[in-house]
Amino acid sequence: MAKEKKGVRLEHISKIYQDPKTGKDFYAVKDTDLVIEPGSFVTLLGPSGCGKTTTLRMIAGFESPDEGEIYLGDEAINALTPDKRDTAMVFQSYALLPHYNVFDNVAYGLKLRKVPKDEIKERVTKILKLVELEGMEGRMTNQLSGGQQQRVALARALVIEPSVLLFDEPLSNLDAKLRVTMRTEIRRIQQEVGITAVYVTHDQSEAMALSDNIIVMSNGQVEQMGTPQEIYYHPKNEFVADFIGEANFLPGEYLNEPGRTIVLRPEAATLADEGGIKCKVILSCFMGSYQNYHVMVDDHLVKLQEYNPKNKKIYNVGDECCLVFEKENIHLL
Amino acid sequence: MANSQGKALDRKKLLGDPIMVMTIVVLITFLTLFILYPLAILLVDSFVGDGSFGISVFQRIFKIATFKKAIGNTLKIGMVVGFLSTMIGLLFAYVEVYVKMGKFAGGLFKTISLLPVVSPPFVLSLSMIMLFGKAGIITRFLLKIYDNSVYGYWGIVIVQTLTFFPVCYMMLKGLLKNIDPSLEEAARDMGASRMKVFMSVTLPLLLPGLGNAFLVTFIESIADFANPMIIGGSYDTLATTIYLQITGAYDKAGAAAMAVVLLCITMAMFAVQKYYLEAKTSATLTGKASRARMLIEDKSVRLPLTILCSMVAMFVILMYICVPIGACFPTWGFKFFPLTGKWFKLIFTRYKGFKAFKDSFILSLIAAPITALLSMIISYLVVKRKFRGKGFIELVSMLAMAVPGTVLGVGYIRGYAGGIFHTGFLQGLYGTGTILVIVFIVRSLPTGTRSGISALRQIDKSIEESAYDMGANSFKVFTTVTLPLIKDSFLSGFVTSFVRSITAISAVILLVTPKFLLITVQINEFAEKGSYGLACAFATLLIIVTFGSVLLMNFITARLGTSKKIKED
Repeated sequence: MAKEKKGVRLEHISKIYQDPKTGKDFYAVKDTDLVIEPGSFVTLLGPSGCGKTTTLRMIAGFESPDEGEIYLGDEAINALTPDKRDTAMVFQSYALLPHYNVFDNVAYGLKLRKVPKDEIKERVTKILKLVELEGMEGRMTNQLSGGQQQRVALARALVIEPSVLLFDEPLSNLDAKLRVTMRTEIRRIQQEVGITAVYVTHDQSEAMALSDNIIVMSNGQVEQMGTPQEIYYHPKNEFVADFIGEANFLPGEYLNEPGRTIVLRPEAATLADEGGIKCKVILSCFMGSYQNYHVMVDDHLVKLQEYNPKNKKIYNVGDECCLVFEKENIHLL
Repeated sequence: MANSQGKALDRKKLLGDPIMVMTIVVLITFLTLFILYPLAILLVDSFVGDGSFGISVFQRIFKIATFKKAIGNTLKIGMVVGFLSTMIGLLFAYVEVYVKMGKFAGGLFKTISLLPVVSPPFVLSLSMIMLFGKAGIITRFLLKIYDNSVYGYWGIVIVQTLTFFPVCYMMLKGLLKNIDPSLEEAARDMGASRMKVFMSVTLPLLLPGLGNAFLVTFIESIADFANPMIIGGSYDTLATTIYLQITGAYDKAGAAAMAVVLLCITMAMFAVQKYYLEAKTSATLTGKASRARMLIEDKSVRLPLTILCSMVAMFVILMYICVPIGACFPTWGFKFFPLTGKWFKLIFTRYKGFKAFKDSFILSLIAAPITALLSMIISYLVVKRKFRGKGFIELVSMLAMAVPGTVLGVGYIRGYAGGIFHTGFLQGLYGTGTILVIVFIVRSLPTGTRSGISALRQIDKSIEESAYDMGANSFKVFTTVTLPLIKDSFLSGFVTSFVRSITAISAVILLVTPKFLLITVQINEFAEKGSYGLACAFATLLIIVTFGSVLLMNFITARLGTSKKIKED
C-alpha cells in the first residue's frame, strides 16, 4: 500500500482503574514506555490481567490514559476518539455486524469514508481475495465458520488501510489447528501489506511465531522487550524466563559471585552416565519427538527434553546419572 | 493516585461530539422537568399541604379506613397478577420459541397473544361483565346463575392477568431467543431430560428476565386505574382511591399524600427487584452469530403445551369477540336480538365520536415516535457510553417505571396548574395537548427503555466498538449499528407506545380538559354510567384503530426487516 508507514510510541503511559469490590484505585498499566517501529509486528504478551489489552485499547482510543501521551507517527493522539484515529482493530469476538453480509461488513469503513461505490467494490474484492474469502460476499456472518469470521474481521480492518493494525487475542476463539493456520496467515498478510501491527496474546508460541518484537508484560509493567530470540535466550528475570517457554532455575555462583540463578532450558541439557552433575531420574516419558525427564539435582527438580530419543540411551525412573550441559547454553540471572 | 488526566480526556472526547452533548443536555432537562419535578412537588404538597410543615396530612389520610384497605387490596392484586401473568407469559414464550408449531397454529397463536396488547385494558372488563356478570351471557343465560358477581377481587385479577400476560410473553420471548441453544444441547447431551434442562439451564438463565417480567406486571397492575374503576365495584385500589380523593373529595393535599404512599410501595418493589436483578447477571450473549434452535417435535411435549396455550388463547378471543357483539345488542343484558348498529350511529351523531378519535389518534401518533427514539437513545447511552450524568439519566428513566399514572397525573396537576413551583412559569403548558403528549411519552418511556436496555445488553460491546474503530462517530454508530441491531426493540417500542398512549387513561383522566376528547375517557364515562352499549361501541372502534395500526406497522416492519442484499450495480 502506498501509504506512509507509521509507528506507535507510548510515553509514560498509566491507566488507573477502581477495584469494583474494594473501591480502591490500582494501576492497570503503570508508567509504560513503548516504541513500535513502523512496519513491524509487535506482540504484547503476558498473563491475563497484566495490562496488555488495556494498553491496546488505549492505542485504539477506547480507554484514555491517566498519565502519559500516545503518539501515532509524530502526532499525539490522546484526545482523539477511536473514529478519528488511523487504527483498525481485530476483536477477540470478531465483532462482525450481524445485520450485514460479508461484503457490507468489509465495506463499512469505506462507506464511512465516502469512498466511491466502484472503488469500494474493487477494494473489497481485492481484500477478500487476500484473505481467501472470494465468492463469500453475499453470505451473512452467521453462515460462516469461526476462521472465516476472523478473516472477515481482518479484511474489514485491512481494507481501510490504517496506519496501525491492532489485534486483541484474535485467535483465542479458534481451535488449535486453525489457530496455527491463521497465525501464519496473519503474518503473511501483514508482511505482504507491510503494515504496523500490535498484537495482544497470552499464548507465547503465537507471540514467537508472529512477532518481530515481543513485549512481555506483567502487573501493568513491561518486563522485557526484544526479538523472540533475545527474549528466549536472554530473559531478564525469572518471570520472563518462566513465561516464555519452560525453564529450570538453579541456584548458582558466577565468578565467585554467589546468589545468581541459572536458567536452564529443558532442551539445553542431556543425561549421561558420567561427566556432569549427579542426578536421579524420577520421571521418564516417551513423547514422540522427545523423551521427557524429571530429574532431581540435590533437592531441585529439573525438567529435561531429550530430542531424537530413538538414537539415545533411555534412562528409567530410579536411575542415577549425570546432568550435562554446555556453558553457552545456560543463561545467568 | 490521580486519574484526572484520563477523566479529562474522556470529557474532551465527549465534548468533541456536539450531537452527544446536546442529546445528553436535552435528555436531562426533559427528565428533570417531567418526571422528577412533578414527584418532588407531591412530596412538598403532602408535607406542607395543610398549612404547616409536618406529617399532619399523612396522619389524616391514614385515619381513612377505605384508604388503609385499599393498600392491602392493591398489594394483593399486584402480587397475584404479577405471578400469573409471568407464568402464562413464560408458557407462551416457551411454546413459541421452543416448540414446533404448524404455520396456521403459530400465526393464530401469535395474533391472539398480541390481541390484549393492542386493546384498551377495560375492554376485558367490559366483556367480563357481559359474560359473567349478573346479566352475563354465560352466567345468567347459559348456567342460569342469577346472582353471580364479577365485581371485585377476582374480576380484577382475571382481567388484569389477561391484559398483562402478553407483555411478559413478549419480554420473555426476546430473552429465550437469545439463549444459546448449545447450552441446552450440552445439558441434554449430558443426560438431562427435557424438564431437567428447562429447570437447570433455561430457567436459571431466564430468572432475571422473569423477575423483570414480574416487576413490570406488578407495577402495571398497581398503576392500573381503568379496570378497578369498571370492574372493581366496592373493591377499591390505591389508584381509584386517589382519583376519587381528588375528583370526589376535592382534597388535593390528601391525594398528593396518598400518591406518595402509592409511589413508595412501587418504588420499594422496584428497588427490591432491581437489587435482585443486578445481583444476578442475566444471560449474556456474545456478538457471535449463534445457530438456530432445534425445535421440539416430540408429541408428548408439543400437544399438552399447545393445547394449554390454545385454551388460554380461545378464552381471550372469546372475551374480545364479546365487545363488538355487545356493541350491537339493542339492550345490554336483556335484549340481544336483532343486532343493531344504533350505538355506533349514536356515538358519532350525539357523542362527538369523530372528534374523540381524532384527538386521541393525533396525540398518540405524535408521542409514539418520540418515545421510541428517546427510549432507544437512553438505552444506548446507559448501556454503551460513559459520561457524567449517566447515572442520573438511568436512575430517573427507570424511576419513571415505578411511577403509577395516577401519581403522575396528580403530580402534573400540582406541578403545572400554577406554573412551575406556582410561579406561573410554563403555566401555558397546563391544559394543552402538549402536556398530554408529554404524559404519553413519560408513561411509555420506561417500558421502551427497559426493552431497549435488555436488547442492548445482549449485544457484545465490541460490535459497536468495531464500528467506532472503523471511523463511525457516535451518531453513525447509533444509526448504522445500534439501531438496526435493536430494530425489533425500536419498532415494538413504537407500536407499544402508540397503543399505550391511545389506550391510556390513568394519568390523562386527571389532566384532560374539555378542549380534548379522549376515547378512553369517553369509554370510562359511559361504562361508569352503565351505558355499556355506547362504551362497547367506542371500544370496538378503538380496537379497530389500534389493531389496524399494529397490522400496518407490522407490514412496514416486514418490508424494512428483510436483510439487505449487496447491490451488484
